[in-house]
Amino acid sequence: MKATTAVDLNGLAFQSPVLVASGCFGTGKEVSGIVDPGKLGGVVTRTITALPRRGAPGPRVGETISGMLYCVGWQNPGVEAFLDEELPRLARPGLPIVVSVGGASLEEFVRVTGAVGRAPGVAALEVALGGPDEELGLEAFAARPERAAEVAGAVARLAPLPVFAKLPALVADLAETARACVRAGVHGLTLVDAVPAMAVDIDAMRPLLGGATGYLSGPAIRPIAVRAVYEVARVLPGVPIIGVGGVVTGRDAAEMMLAGAWAVQVGTAALVDPAAPVDIAQGLLAFLREKGLASPADLRGLLRTARGGGVG
Amino acid sequence: MRRARAEILSARRLGAFHSLTLVAPEIAERARPGQFVAIGMPEDRSFFLRRHFFIHQASKRGGWAGTLEIGFGRGGPGTEWLASRRAHGFLDVIGPLGKPFAYPRRLTNCFLVADGHGAAPLYFLGQELRSRGKRVDMLVGAPSLEEVFKPIEAKRLSQTVAFVTSDGSLGERGAVVDLLPEMLDRSGAEVLYAAGPRETLRSIADVCRARRLPAQVAVEERMGCGLGLCFTCVVPVIRKDGSGYDNLRACVEGPVLNPERIFWDRWAPVGKRSTPTPVEGFPVVREWPE
Repeated sequence: MKATTAVDLNGLAFQSPVLVASGCFGTGKEVSGIVDPGKLGGVVTRTITALPRRGAPGPRVGETISGMLYCVGWQNPGVEAFLDEELPRLARPGLPIVVSVGGASLEEFVRVTGAVGRAPGVAALEVALGGPDEELGLEAFAARPERAAEVAGAVARLAPLPVFAKLPALVADLAETARACVRAGVHGLTLVDAVPAMAVDIDAMRPLLGGATGYLSGPAIRPIAVRAVYEVARVLPGVPIIGVGGVVTGRDAAEMMLAGAWAVQVGTAALVDPAAPVDIAQGLLAFLREKGLASPADLRGLLRTARGGGVG
Repeated sequence: MRRARAEILSARRLGAFHSLTLVAPEIAERARPGQFVAIGMPEDRSFFLRRHFFIHQASKRGGWAGTLEIGFGRGGPGTEWLASRRAHGFLDVIGPLGKPFAYPRRLTNCFLVADGHGAAPLYFLGQELRSRGKRVDMLVGAPSLEEVFKPIEAKRLSQTVAFVTSDGSLGERGAVVDLLPEMLDRSGAEVLYAAGPRETLRSIADVCRARRLPAQVAVEERMGCGLGLCFTCVVPVIRKDGSGYDNLRACVEGPVLNPERIFWDRWAPVGKRSTPTPVEGFPVVREWPE
């Protein structure tokens, strides 16, 4: 059987199921010599806000066991400069661009969507709901299902493109939050956003990051992401889910898909090796062949129920 | 920028430092002083972000052609892993990365200030300046004699050299900035280059500004990728027109920067206070003209 890596997310097609996660591909020219963009499933841009943002105080990065602790604070040039300077450099025929839409208020999400939703070369939008909600004073827009749905729904109604809601794993009721976003009109879900985290340099008695707290990504969060994908896929089997969090190898991608993901994004691993998404797609293809499967979609639904027995 | 699977030609211990010489012709032939390499970590994923090191030496000719050398001191688990590497092992190396030092066209008297790890890129620079017929004087600082990187190299490269250590175990006791004004007077310095921790760079920048001495500094900033992707290694840099500042990536727009354009009160505040952007904007600064 001839295996393929192509996937179809209810009408949104990717030639490879491995995309680069938000904020891990630069502005379009940094890694030109190291990875062939033509071999990527797609690229999610850094999160774009209405006005330029300088981002978080430094240091912005530290490393913990199997994890990258960071807080960039959505540094970006604002939507106008993004459309004028960054997007034209990123866009190329055959490379789907997903724009990550950010904001601190409902109005800001709407403003960004209005500007990028019809830009040439954009295949889809991803709504970053893990950021702080300054309007309601919530830790994240995703903290309450109805608020997540309000913002994601507004973006979905406004944009003539498929919209994905990107949710953090650790919310009160993830499945309900996801369901509310789908009811509000999103095309699919990106699971999960980086996990809020902190580390301390005990010798200096100082937080590792300048802003004290930040977010954890990398292999350390993969089981958290797999669980999130699994919980949401169980209740929303027809809704495309893009799994993201700690995927480093083709086998990691296969795990996400067995849990219910239709595609994956690669973040931290792409910072270490910009060609990782291409290698991961190759590794996934090898796994499919080994199992006699024709496409990544065939992995969905193959997950057996957990083994019974033992003490109860 | 190239990616190479580089063989370790030699791994040596130099006082508190480790030195690795790598066979990486494609990187070595492009390398310029002030640039760095990003080295991949082991594949078990326990710590996996690349580690970033200034290029200390890149040989384009002679018996060592195609090799490059890095020097580093004690650090976290990644650096310790690198320190345990032996000759004939292989490393995954991306480089050369970042913006290098610019050489003066007209002026000839170059003064180099190295503090701690900063010596690694500055010796490379000193050699390139010498080969362009420039005069090189050097001031090298470290906590102690053990932590002075290749003192012999500093002597070989410079017309005059002075060492300064916090405990007085080599040269004068004190900090580089204590000796700097007098040495600048004596050497007739026309341009200054520096590398080291940000507090040291700030004190050096203050001296340069007071003397209207053109300078370039190489910053050491904690990096995520080193490739320009993650925006974690940013330094606040004042815009050319003085209208404000931008957080620029040390890995792409740096690590070599004009100290006149670094917003020091934000990047290396004295005391705990962080300064807001002045309402009247910033003075317009001279670009590196010489």
